Formats: sequence, C-alpha cells, structure tokens
Amino acid sequence: MRRMAVILALLAAVAIGAYSAAGAVASRTAGPTNLTIWVGWSAGTHELKVFKSLVDEYNASQKAIHVNVVGDIVDTKIVAAIRSGTAPDIVSSFNSYNVGNYCGTGGWIDLAPYLKKDKISPSTFPAATRYYTQYGGTQCALPLLADDYGLYYNTAMFKKAGIAHPPRTISELTADAKKLTVRNPDGSIKVAGLDPFIGFYENVPERWGQQFGVQWLDKTGHSILSKDPSWTKLFTWQKSLIDWYGYKNLVKFQAGLGDEFSASNAFEAGKVAMNLDGEWRVAFIADEKPSLGYGTAPMSVDDAKPSLYGSGYINGTIIGIPKGGKHQDQAWQVVKYLTTNTHFLAEFSNGIRNVPTTTASLKSPEIKPDKHFATFLTIFGNPKSWTSPITASGVAYTNLVQNFFTKWQAGQVSDLHAGLVQLDKQLDAQVAQAKGGGVP
Amino acid sequence: MSLSSAGDAGALVAPASVSLDRTKTRRRAAWRRRRLVLLLMSPWIIGFSVFFGYPLAMSVYLSFTHYDLLSPPRWIGFANYHYLFNVDPQVWTAVKNTLWFIAIAVPLQVLFAFGIALMLARARRGVGVFRTIFYLPALAPPVAATLGFVYILNPATGPVNTILGHLGIEGPLWFQDPAWSKPSLTLLAMWGVGNTMIIFLAAILDAPRQLYESAELDGAGPLQRMRWVTLPSISPVILFAVILGVIGGLQYFTQAYVAAGVAAGQASQAADVSAVNLGYPLDSTLFYPVLLYEHGFTDFQMGYASALAVLLLGVSFAVTLVIVVNSRKWVHYGGMAR
Repeated sequence: MRRMAVILALLAAVAIGAYSAAGAVASRTAGPTNLTIWVGWSAGTHELKVFKSLVDEYNASQKAIHVNVVGDIVDTKIVAAIRSGTAPDIVSSFNSYNVGNYCGTGGWIDLAPYLKKDKISPSTFPAATRYYTQYGGTQCALPLLADDYGLYYNTAMFKKAGIAHPPRTISELTADAKKLTVRNPDGSIKVAGLDPFIGFYENVPERWGQQFGVQWLDKTGHSILSKDPSWTKLFTWQKSLIDWYGYKNLVKFQAGLGDEFSASNAFEAGKVAMNLDGEWRVAFIADEKPSLGYGTAPMSVDDAKPSLYGSGYINGTIIGIPKGGKHQDQAWQVVKYLTTNTHFLAEFSNGIRNVPTTTASLKSPEIKPDKHFATFLTIFGNPKSWTSPITASGVAYTNLVQNFFTKWQAGQVSDLHAGLVQLDKQLDAQVAQAKGGGVP
Repeated sequence: MSLSSAGDAGALVAPASVSLDRTKTRRRAAWRRRRLVLLLMSPWIIGFSVFFGYPLAMSVYLSFTHYDLLSPPRWIGFANYHYLFNVDPQVWTAVKNTLWFIAIAVPLQVLFAFGIALMLARARRGVGVFRTIFYLPALAPPVAATLGFVYILNPATGPVNTILGHLGIEGPLWFQDPAWSKPSLTLLAMWGVGNTMIIFLAAILDAPRQLYESAELDGAGPLQRMRWVTLPSISPVILFAVILGVIGGLQYFTQAYVAAGVAAGQASQAADVSAVNLGYPLDSTLFYPVLLYEHGFTDFQMGYASALAVLLLGVSFAVTLVIVVNSRKWVHYGGMAR
C-alpha cells in the first residue's frame, strides 16, 4: 500500500512537472504579437532611421506587441496590398490627398469606435489635420506629423542685396526676387531670386493659393476657381514673374539644378535666394549643408489680405489600419501610441523636423528649440493655415489644377477666365466620375 | 425455314452489328485522339485562358463599372466611355502624342534599322565588331538608357549642349521642351533598334544571290536592285518590323514615364514621380498607356482605366488588321506575290 502511495506521488510529481514545463514552453512560444507597419520614409534619408529607432523604443517599452518597420512605401503599393489581402497591420502614407480613397471605400477601417472607446477627444488634433484625415464623416486615418510651408531665404544674399527683412507681401516678394536675381552676361540666370515655376520642387498651386486666400469649392462642393478673383490674382502674378525671367531662361536654369532631395538642392547650393519649402528642409540643411546661412519666415501673402500673414499650407503624413487585418486591436494600440504619445511625437519631430500633430506635443518641452523650425510651429498654430479640399478623386483633383497652371505659365492659355471656367467643369466632372455617379 | 429465317436474319444483323462496332471503335479512337490533342494543348489552353482570356473578359466587364480597387465593382453602364470620349481633358492629348510617335518614331526606327543592316551587310572588314556595337544598345535596360539620355541631353549641364555651345549653336531644351521631348524620345528609340537591325541583316543576307545576278545582267543599278530585289525579298521582315513597331508605339510607356519624372527633377522621389509629373513637360510625353497607368494606379480608377484599355485593344487590333490586309499588296513570300 505504501509502495502504491509512493508510486502515485511520483506520478503526480512528474505530471505536475510536465504541466509546468509545458506551460513555460507555451508562454515562451506565445510571445509578443508581431505587427508590420509600412511607411513612406526612404532608406536613403535620415528619416527612416529616426522612425525605426523610435519604434524600437516602443518595442522595448512593452512586451505585448513587436512592430516591424518597412520603408519606401507608396500609395500604389498600399492599395495593391489591401486588394490582394496581403496588407500589413498598419499603413502610413505621405499622401493625405488620397484619404478620400481610403475612407470612402473602407480600405482603411473607421477609427472612430477606437477613438471613442479610448476617450480620445477630436480636439487632441489640430483642426487642419482632423480635416485631412477624414472623408465623408469617416475618420479612417490619424495624423503622424505634419508638413507646413514657408519661406527659406539666404541671409548672405539678402545682406548683399541690402534687404533688411523677409518680405511680407507679394509685392515685396516680387521686388526682392528681382533684386536677388543674378544673370550671366548672356542673360541666362545664374542665381534666381525666387523660382515661381509651378512644378519646381514644392511649388504647387495649393501652396501658393493659400498665400492668396483662394477658395476652392462652394457650399455645394462645386469648383469655383473661375469665380474667386484670388485665383486670377495668383495666376496673373505668377505669370508676370515668369515673364520677367523669361520662360525659356527659367526652364534651362531649372534643368541645371540638383534634385530636390539631395545635397545639391538649389537652395542649399545657393542657386536660389528664396524658396517656398516645407519644414523638413531645416533637418536636410543641418544634415547636408550645416554651414549655410539662412532664415525662415512665413511665406508672403497677397497685399490685399495682410491678415493672412503668418499662415501657410498644411498637409502631412497619415496613418491607418487596412481592412482585413488579423490584429486590428493591437494595431490600434500602436496607431494610438504613434499619433498621441507626446514623447514619441516630440522626439520624432526633433529627428526629422516635421511638425508634431497633437496640441499637447506642439507645446512639449521635449521639442528641441530651433529658430528655423520655430517658424513652422508658428505657421502650424496659425488659425488661418489650411489645406486643400479632400475629394473623392484624391490627388487627381489638385493635379488637374496643376496641369492647367503649367499650361498657363508656358503661355498656352490665351483667355484665363475661360480656361478657369473650363477647369471648374472638368474638376466637377472628375469628382463625379470618381464617385462613380457618372458625369454631371 | 425458321433456321433459314434465323440464318437470314443472322446474315442481315451481323453486318449491321459489325458496322456499329466499327463506328463505335472509330468514335472511341477519334475521342482518344481529341483527348490526346487536348492534353497536349492543355498548357497553352490554360495559359491562354488564365493570362489572356480571363483578364481580357474582366477588363471589358470592369470598363462598365466604377471600380476603385478597394471596394467591389459597381455597374455604371457607359459612364466611363462617356467620360472618355466627352470629358477627360487629357485623352486626346494622349492620343495625339501616341499617333505622333507611331507616325514619326516607328518609321524612323524601321528605316534606321534597315539602313544599318544594309551597311553591315556590305561591310568587308570588322563586321563582327560593328554588329556588336550597333546591337549593344538593345541590351541596355530601358530605364538605364532613358536616364542616360536625359543626362546627356540636359540643356544646362549635358555634354551634347555643351559641345553645341562650343560650336556656337544654342542647343534645344530637349526633354524640358514640349516641342523637343518627343524627338528626344525618338532618338532614344532609334538608338536601341539592335533587335530589328539583326532581323533585317539576316533577311538581307538571306536574299537569293541569283536574283541579284540576274538583275545585274539585266543592267539594274544599285538603286534598282534595292527596289526590285532587296525590298521584295525582305518584305515579310518589313511587315514584321512595322507591326511590332506600331504595337510597341501603342504600348509606349517605360521611357516616357522615366524621362518625365527625371526631367521634372523628381528622380529621388520615388513616391512622387506621380501623376503630376507624368507627361512632363506640358503633357508632351503623356502617351496613351501613361494616361491609362495614371488613372488606374495613381488615381485608383480601375473601371475607367479598363475602358481606356479596351479602347486601346480595339485600336491595336484595327490598326494591325489594316496593316496586314494592306500588306497583301506589297509583301512577297518566297519571292511570290501572295
């Protein structure tokens, strides 16, 4: 009997031991949930490294989730992956214009229930960023740092030309651009005071339009470019400056300039004295040309609208969760961290010098002070800073405007008003087509 | 009687039964043959159905839908075709650019390839070296070749305009000028005609010697020999080159896409060699397939892009048909008129 009891006790001990060992193995194999995030930052720049290092910090801070980062992603790839059911758990896009596609189609899931559940108030994010992360009432994205645009000017060239302060109005900007321009003996451009060519680097209609206070749509959502005189003013000013340089002169000058996102960028190389550019250029200059003497300021505004001064165009990187993911709740935890954690946003902003996108992170003491970058924080906080319309046709909407603008600057549009009337019709038709409702 | 009757009946039935058996056997054999043929053809049938038939049928179907790639296609009838023919401001620009390329670049390519082949056929020394030199560009990947051309034709820093400048000639703006961008692409296309050139060379060398000798005896000069011997002899190859050239022209994409992005100064921004730069400068390099790509893959309007694709398919088919039908007048097979 005693022997039997000993055997039973031994068996029980073995069973308990085996159970414990199995439990330990099970807990080891369960581990953290692995998630993948796709982002647009390129491996060729410092930006992806910064993002990866901050994600590593997040991975180390908890054990439930491990995030893997994949860079160099474009929207085409995102859409293809969602369509084929191979999308990662989280996706990010530089193209806030396309939020109409993502939210309108359900390609990115609605984040409103998560925001509500975690009691994240809409006021966490500034108004412009809230606008470009939703479409038709669906909040399918959140902002992951923003871009805004201002004036970069070469201080040495300003001093040489006797210009005391950055221009505040378009008239001052034009006069300074002419003063700062240096021509070769044959009349070709050696240094451009300002290159106003639409299509050059960050020069697109929506960014210049902001400085003229342009209106895009009426209350019914129809295009009103021909009805808003601000557009005509912008078109006319821009063409007059192009003509002053000479269209062909300017094209040839641009052909000799370096690529925008390289160390031979025209502003960094001293080929243009003033330039409209995004806040990220501060980090690029620090990285590529730290000896450059330059200043930043809000871009000049229409003389008739001085109250606009201080504002600028805003857009930015958006982040969301594609439909069909297996770990949407965990993905939300990561999205929440990346878009609302003040420490992360401040450090990421310090690293790539993009604007942090929560009202709290904008005031974070962790943001390293930088006089050049401070300009862009001020522009971002300006209540008149805004973005372009989010429509069903996505980026095609502003591209169509740009297409018309490039024809105008080349002198291919003889009647501006008639051209704008036609453009309005085309924009309305494009949106109707994108909605699939047929042409109006 | 009964036996006899039975025998008669047996005599009558037996041939019918044999005949039926033979028919069955023949049918079985025929079916086995068909099955074998089907089995042997099955790789092609499957490939054709999966990679051609199905996509073609789907493209036609999608062209009648609103399909944004993310939500299911929704039937909208002829709305895409209405937008294509009546509203889209870029379609006719794209059509004109494509027609320009087919009318100018394709004949120049064929002529250039033929000219080089003719010279190589007559060369006495260093034939191998010259063949290699003229063929090599065909091996260059289209993207690399385009990047190279945009670089050497850069109006401000490129070697071509620098040399022209030293000669006192102000060079054109090449890829930056809408009037010169297509000619620049034509130069690139002509530079890479190695494949066509090799086929022409083989055809020229294969032309019957006795015909040249007869023509010479009849007093035909070099031009007459070319007109009456060489051209008829290689006419099937000319037809082949023209059809491939035209189809290639209708599908012209890679070089135009790369040249526009790089010339617009966006080489480092893979994410942004986007619709806004397609066709640079001023839509002059916006070829039909580039527009199709723009609508399908940057604007995510696959339904509309499918309508564009269906039209392209129809036009390609019609153009090829016209060329083939027309070729009966001038193409000679084996020295005989068809």
